Amino acid sequence: MKQTAEKSTSEDLTALEIQEINAIINHYEDHTSVAIEALNIVQKHRRWISDSTLKAVADFLQISLAHLESVATFDNLIYRQPVGNTVIHYCNSVTCWMLGSEQIREHLCQRLHVEPGETSADGQYTILPIVCLGACHRAPAALVGDELKIDLNTDAIDEILKR
Amino acid sequence: MDKPLTQNIHPDHDFTSLADYQKTGGYRGMRKALTELQPHEVTQQIKDSGLRGRGGAGFSTGLKWSLVPQKTSDLPDFQQTRYFVANADEMEPGAFKDRLLLEQDPHQLIEGIIIGAYAIQANIAYIFMRGEYRLAAKRVTYALQEARAQGYLGEHILGSDFNLEIYLHTSAGRYICGEETALLNALEGKRSTPRARPPHAVASGLWGRPTVVNNVETLCNVGHIIHYGIDWYHSLGLGADHGTKLFGVSGRVKHPGLWELPMGTPIREIVEEYAGGMLDGYQLRGFLPGGASTDFLLPEHLDVRMDYDAVAEAGSRLGTGTLIILDDKTCPVKMVLNMEQFFAQESCGWCTPCRDGLPWTVTLLQDIIAGQGRMEDLDTLAGLTRMLGPGHTFCALAPGAMEPLQSALKFFREDFERYIVGNNDELEYA
Ligand SMILES: Cc1cc2nc3c(=O)[nH]c(=O)nc-3n(C[C@H](O)[C@H](O)[C@H](O)COP(=O)(O)O)c2cc1C
Ligand code: SF4
Repeated sequence: MKQTAEKSTSEDLTALEIQEINAIINHYEDHTSVAIEALNIVQKHRRWISDSTLKAVADFLQISLAHLESVATFDNLIYRQPVGNTVIHYCNSVTCWMLGSEQIREHLCQRLHVEPGETSADGQYTILPIVCLGACHRAPAALVGDELKIDLNTDAIDEILKR
Repeated sequence: MDKPLTQNIHPDHDFTSLADYQKTGGYRGMRKALTELQPHEVTQQIKDSGLRGRGGAGFSTGLKWSLVPQKTSDLPDFQQTRYFVANADEMEPGAFKDRLLLEQDPHQLIEGIIIGAYAIQANIAYIFMRGEYRLAAKRVTYALQEARAQGYLGEHILGSDFNLEIYLHTSAGRYICGEETALLNALEGKRSTPRARPPHAVASGLWGRPTVVNNVETLCNVGHIIHYGIDWYHSLGLGADHGTKLFGVSGRVKHPGLWELPMGTPIREIVEEYAGGMLDGYQLRGFLPGGASTDFLLPEHLDVRMDYDAVAEAGSRLGTGTLIILDDKTCPVKMVLNMEQFFAQESCGWCTPCRDGLPWTVTLLQDIIAGQGRMEDLDTLAGLTRMLGPGHTFCALAPGAMEPLQSALKFFREDFERYIVGNNDELEYA
C-alpha cells in the first residue's frame, strides 16, 4: 500500500479538465457519481489513465484511490495503459463474428504488425476488440476513434489505415 | 398512422430537429399530459395501453410507474425526491434498435422522459448511454439544448408547476451496466454490480430514492400513446400485445435491417419478406429471436408471432426483438462459443455460479471444438445451464447466457457430438 502511495506522485488536473468536470458535477446528488465521467473527460485529453492521473482524479473528487481504481478497471473504455492516436475497436460479437470479424482482426494486425491490445510502432493505432456496437445489420463493424465504421472488409480497412 | 416510432426517420435525412419533430405532432403528448392530466392519470393511461418494456423483460410500463409511491406530504423525506432514468446502454449482441432512435429522433425519447418523469413526479432524469454511442451522444446533447431553449425542460414547463432537468450520462462501457440495478450503481459512480432485490428500484433506487428505469424504445412510445389514445394504440397490434415494435434481422439474409412493424408480426414475414429471405446458397437452420440471451428457435417456428407470450410459448423470449440468423454453413457450437465468451467477459463477477460457471462453459466448448471433448461434457454443460439458470444468480445475465446454450444442446446436439466422436471433418463449416 505504502509503496504505491510513494510511487505515484500526484500530478494536477489541468484547468480545462477541472472546468469540464465541474460543469457536470452538480448533475448528481453526490459528487462521487461523476467518477466515470471524470475519467472519460481526463482520458479524452490524455488518451489514457496512468496511475498518477488516476490519483489526481481521486484527489480532486476526494474519493479513495481504491474506489476509483475499482471503477477504472471495470469499464471497457477506460484505458489503463498507453494507447495510440486512434484506437480501433473491432466488434467481435456474434453477428460480426459470423460475417468476418476474425478476418478484419487478422488484416488489421497484419497491416500494423501488432497483436490485439498492442499499438503500432509509429504510435498511430491501437487495436482492441469490443462488444457488439449495435450495427449488426451492417456487420462487420468497428469503432475507429469516435467514428462507427460499417460493412467492413479488407479493402475498407486499407482505406481507413491510409488516412 | 401505423409507424409512430419511425415516422420521422427516413434514409435521406438523418436527424430530426425540434422543428421537424413538432411538424409531425411532436410534444403534443407532453402538452396534453402536463396541461390536462394529473400524474396518476398519465400512469393509468400508459397502464391501460398495455405498453410493455422493450428492454427485454416485457414488464408493464404503467404498472412499473404506479409502484412509485404517490407524492404526498406524509411520505418520508427520502421518498420525496425521485428519479427517472432512460436506459440507453444497448449492448446485447444482435441488438441495434435503440441506436437508431437515439441518433435519428432524440426528441421522441425526450418527450417520453418528460411524460414519465411527470407521471412519477421526478424533477431530475438521466439518460444512461453506453460510451461507444458517440454520434447518439452528440445528437441527444443537441436535442436537449433545443428542448431547454424551447422551455420544455427547466422550471414551470408549459406554465405548469412541473420542473425537470434531463442529464446525459455517458458510460465507459460494460454490458452489465444495462442491468437496471447495476446501472444505478454505475450512475452513483460505483463499480457496476447489480443490487439485491427487494427493494426494487421503484421503492429504493438512485441514492435510495424511488427510481424508474425504462428502455429507450419503451419511452419512445409514450408521447404517442398520450396523444393518440389507447384505442389507437390497441389497434396497432396484430396479436395479444399492442403497439408497434422495431424488429431487426442480422446474419446471412438478403437484406439485413430494422423495421417498425405491428407487435405480433409473424416471424416468417420479418425474415422472408422484410429481410428478403436467406442469401443464395444458404439455408435457414435456426435463429435467436431477441438477441444473444434468448433461446434458439427453428424454421418450424417461423409462423410464431413476435409477441411476448407467443415467443415464450415457443420456448424462447422476444427479448430485444432483433433476430440473429443461424445459417447452415455456420457451426452452431462455435456460434454458441462466441456468445459464451461474450457473457464470460462481461460477467461482473459478483456471484460465484456466473463468475466461475461461464469461463468453465467456455473451456468446455473450446475443448469440444478442439476435438478434446468427451460425451460427459455435454452432461456437464447441461448441468451448467441449470446451475446458472433462473434463481441461482444475482441477476439475469447468467440465465440469459444459458438460453442459447441450452437450446443449442437440444436442437443441435449432433453438431456437438460430431466434434466429440471426431468426424467433424465432413462438416462443411468455415
Ligand atoms: C445483463 C443485462 C443487461 C441489460 N441491458 C439492457 C440495456 O442495455 N438496455 C435496456 O433497456 N435494458 C437492459 N436490460 C434490462 C434492464 O434490466 C431493465 O429490465 C430495463 O431497462 C427496463 O426497461 P423496460 O421495462 O422499459 O424494458 C438488461 C438486463 C440484463 C440482465
Ligand atoms: S449473474 Fe453474473 S453478471 Fe449478474 S450479478 Fe452474478 S456475476 Fe454479476
